[in-house]
Amino acid sequence: MSILRVENLTYTYSPSTPFEHIAVNDVSFEINKGDFIGIIGHTGSGKSTLVQMLNGLLKPTKGKIYFDGKDIWEKPKEIRKIRFNVGLVFQYPEYQLFEETVEKDIAFGPSNMGLNDEQIKERVKKAAKFVGLREELLPKSPFDLSGGEKRRAAIAGVIAMDPDILILDEPTAGLDPVGRDILLSQIDAYHRERKNTVLLVSHSMEDVASVCEKVLVMNHSQLWDFDTTDHIFSRGEELAQIGLRIPQVTSIVDALIHEGFPLKRGVLTVEEAVTEITEYLKREGRL
Amino acid sequence: MRDITLGQYFPTDSVIHRLDPRVKLILMIVFLVFTFITFNYFALGLIAASILMIVLLSKVPLKMYLKSLKVIIIIVVITSVLNLFYGTGEPIFQWHFIKVTYNGIHNAIFVCVRIVCLLLLSSALTFTTSPTDLTDALERLMKPLKVFHIKVHEIAMMMTIALRFVPTLLEETDKIMAAQKARGADMESGNFLKRIQALVPVLVPLFVSAFRRAYELATAMECRCYQGGEGRTRMKQLHIQKRDVISLIVSGLMIAGIVLCNIFLPSVR
Ligand SMILES: Nc1ncnc2c1ncn2[C@@H]1O[C@H](COP(=O)(O)OP(=O)(O)OP(=O)(O)O)[C@@H](O)[C@H]1O
Ligand SMILES: [Mg+2]
Repeated sequence: MSILRVENLTYTYSPSTPFEHIAVNDVSFEINKGDFIGIIGHTGSGKSTLVQMLNGLLKPTKGKIYFDGKDIWEKPKEIRKIRFNVGLVFQYPEYQLFEETVEKDIAFGPSNMGLNDEQIKERVKKAAKFVGLREELLPKSPFDLSGGEKRRAAIAGVIAMDPDILILDEPTAGLDPVGRDILLSQIDAYHRERKNTVLLVSHSMEDVASVCEKVLVMNHSQLWDFDTTDHIFSRGEELAQIGLRIPQVTSIVDALIHEGFPLKRGVLTVEEAVTEITEYLKREGRL
Repeated sequence: MRDITLGQYFPTDSVIHRLDPRVKLILMIVFLVFTFITFNYFALGLIAASILMIVLLSKVPLKMYLKSLKVIIIIVVITSVLNLFYGTGEPIFQWHFIKVTYNGIHNAIFVCVRIVCLLLLSSALTFTTSPTDLTDALERLMKPLKVFHIKVHEIAMMMTIALRFVPTLLEETDKIMAAQKARGADMESGNFLKRIQALVPVLVPLFVSAFRRAYELATAMECRCYQGGEGRTRMKQLHIQKRDVISLIVSGLMIAGIVLCNIFLPSVR
């Protein structure tokens, strides 16, 4: 069932000035409930602009966004409700922390929703657990946390609102490799448990390949393609032309296929590649 | 936030853009002084005409000027109305305590035209001159003040940095506001107290990041061995060109006209 539908979405920054810039140009797609979707595209292709329109922070210059079948800008006064349903974690969200304690900061979203104290406490605890923030950090000042902990606290602040659609704009940028993997698997676990819809903007093809079921590709403000992950990543050469690459393991398997080995196209993770290759070796009787 | 046009640089390729910033700065000050001391309709008309000419020559869309006028239109209306009713002399119209005099009408017109001229001219200056050029010009014009041990270079550097960070901070404010709105912050409704409270989630991160930026900038400047104005040379030299001389002559003629109007034609005061 479709939860979010976008029709001919266009966004122009600073219209009718010399700084005019069309950041998103005539984009249409449909997202089903429960999907985990990756959004990729070169720098400046309009990913952040697109996701800010999806939760009503930017008003489209042209086009319509339907959440649960309803146009989100039908009643502009009620746009705040949409923001509780479509939670957006910004690029570098650690810069938005402001409260005295981490706990209060995570509670900012839920308290804006008008929940009572008990519900808020419950949600803060749950959200902190989801992102792997240790409980003893909650009474601390958010400014005393490390960069990675700040990032987790900021993400928890959005998860605490329990949105139906969770959008994360490059949540792992600037984290160490292990931190990236952990955060990513926590987001994945959250998605599996809550069964909600997640949109992940990322520059890491490996991240996208390992967790996303579908991928939306932006190129120069336009939608290049929106398809299942293996379909997208089986088009390595075309992706390279628009400044993207496929996961390393996918290109290794592609190279093997090119050399004449009868392997499956669109292998996305190292584990998949290992099974594929061992199976081939077994068939050949070499293993 | 981005709708604020006042003080924004608007790059186009016009004569006014290419003028020496020092010339522009001096001419603006001279014209404004005359706008504010004259009580002569002919002189005022001449000044308004000159300013309109500058506005047209700047090749900046009139819409931009109108936008910056929009900000102060209320101030203009209020001061004009106040002046209208508080004139001295014989009333030409009276209703209870409200009385309108010729003097009041003149005052209202002058105040209105003066504020509009002030705004148009300063907008024209900032639209056509990049902030760095402007502070550069200021530094050079204030150079003589060094005799009084005023740290001209440091003041100019502070102004350059402040101006440089205005757009950055605006952008940052936009971003933080968006991030807090994404968490359901309500900035548009509620009473006065509520709205002030709603600013806390924006101001705290803004200050934190402003301080962070300040430290980073200080470190970056020290890394490049910045140590004040002593013995510092410039990459961009300012030279007076033919167009600067021409504009000085034209403006000089205009100003002579304004002075003559003031002397020989009847003033209202
Ligand atoms: N506030 C703004 N004002 C004007 N132009 C903007 C603004 N924000 C973004 N842009 C422009 O719009 C285009 C798309 O920007 P956007 O931030 O959506 O890109 P992105 O795909 O998220 O890039 P990145 O991967 O670097 O985050 C860029 O060319 C950018 O310069
Ligand atoms: Mg972005």
